[in-house]
Amino acid sequence: MDFGPHLMLASLEGAVISAILVLTAMGLSIVFGVMRVVNVAHGEFFMLGAVFAWAVTTMISGHAALGFVAALIIVPVLVGAIAAGVDQLILKRIDYDVDRTIVATIGVLYIVQQSTLMLYGPEARPVEPPFNLRLALPWFEFGENGFQMIWPWGLSVTTYKLFVIGAAIVVLGALWLVLTRTKIGLVMRATQQDRDMAQAFGVPVGQVYSLVFGLGAGLAALGAVLVVPIQQAHYLMGGDPLLLAFIVVIIGGLGSLPGTVIAALLIGMSDGIISVFFSPTLAKIIATFLVAMVLVFRPQGLMGRVAA
Amino acid sequence: MFEVRNVHTGYGQVQVLFGVSLTVNAAEIHCLMGRNGAGKSTLLKAVMGQLPLKQGEILLDGERLDGLPAHLVPKRGIGYVPQGRRLFKELTVSENIEMGLMTRGEGAQTRDWVLDLFPRLSERLDQVAGTLSGGEQQMLATARALCLRPKVLLLDEPTEGLQPSMIEQIRQVVVKMKAEGYAIILVEQRIDAVLSIADRITFIENGKDRETVLPSDVAGNGAILTKYLGV
Repeated sequence: MDFGPHLMLASLEGAVISAILVLTAMGLSIVFGVMRVVNVAHGEFFMLGAVFAWAVTTMISGHAALGFVAALIIVPVLVGAIAAGVDQLILKRIDYDVDRTIVATIGVLYIVQQSTLMLYGPEARPVEPPFNLRLALPWFEFGENGFQMIWPWGLSVTTYKLFVIGAAIVVLGALWLVLTRTKIGLVMRATQQDRDMAQAFGVPVGQVYSLVFGLGAGLAALGAVLVVPIQQAHYLMGGDPLLLAFIVVIIGGLGSLPGTVIAALLIGMSDGIISVFFSPTLAKIIATFLVAMVLVFRPQGLMGRVAA
Repeated sequence: MFEVRNVHTGYGQVQVLFGVSLTVNAAEIHCLMGRNGAGKSTLLKAVMGQLPLKQGEILLDGERLDGLPAHLVPKRGIGYVPQGRRLFKELTVSENIEMGLMTRGEGAQTRDWVLDLFPRLSERLDQVAGTLSGGEQQMLATARALCLRPKVLLLDEPTEGLQPSMIEQIRQVVVKMKAEGYAIILVEQRIDAVLSIADRITFIENGKDRETVLPSDVAGNGAILTKYLGV
């Protein structure tokens, strides 16, 4: 394959990675932004989403799409409810103290991971995609006959991967609408800016925190449901998304949602492209290096604001 | 109507108030005065339920407010204008007002009423609160608290750092709210700002209320000012 078609293929892979990453990182970013909690267990909520997606799709017989749609609806809510429970049971008790929440969420990470190992087992299990047509993609070139369209061998994308990209865009749009246009979004933003004042204006901050923590975990779980038809469900699969989500959130600027989206695109695309042309390891090395550079030259991140 | 009885509180291990008592009636402006660190702002935070009481009671119309979860206190009708305004800085003027309205489920009517009181704000509804001038921010902070249609209004140094014309506007609104029947607790450092509008003045020193007097007792009584304010 020539360079051009090859790059297009790599970019599509990158777009799929970005789509999943943007959902996961957005969850982490909202939780940090509103609650100032660094949720080390975020990757495990992602993993739970994948494992539950497997469980739901296995339980529901019939067409693959039926189980998948059920998983898409049930799993984020379920994982969100578990996370809200974690917030009430653990984070609230330690009063959201910055240091202690890190230690506590590390504990949650191991509890969730090991419970999954005991109940679900060490196997990686696949989920059947609801639809998976392979679409050949055209490429254009100037040959002897002038401008023409060719269909290079191997240049193709599955409908499911296009669906993942579309779904991520829809979810992001919905999230943006909720945050900017609804009362609950207003309450969340107010709580983010001044917890005490929100309370002085009748906001039940404890409930808002549980909701936000659940929403963050639910977004990760949604990303995971979308990813299991491409990548199998496994109890250790939470590590990479956690690392990448942290990288994205730091590069984008802690708590800045537009920054998170931009950084997710940047990291996802470069991860996809570098993985195709070189190696996935190099992609991770470069991403981590980028974080180091951002921390040195722009500690507040791309879109972050310097603390007033 | 609104009563603070023997309140002891503080921040964690550090106790700030050692038994403050206060009674405020409807349609009355009650000023709190005292040196920096005397505990005036601490008392207002305690009223808002944001500091746990070690001892004492806070009552509104005979009903206890202390011990309520902090987010329920404003719902009983306590409007709070904190020191330094503390607006939701990245929200717009309109959204800040909406936060106030939502507290007690007030609607468009209250919104219009508040914007009538501060016409300047209605010209800036879509502006981000943090970009307003100091005086406009104070107006917004006051408007946000009035959106509750509160029974009791707590104002913590509302004129701090404002130019005289703004101070006058805020003062007029406070007087108007008194006429509407609100009980107003006003923390103020400048004695001249207090004398003209206060119905009663309570001096706070070292976390205790020392003396409650009428403005006429203070005017021309330099001794009392030297004693509690050091001026």
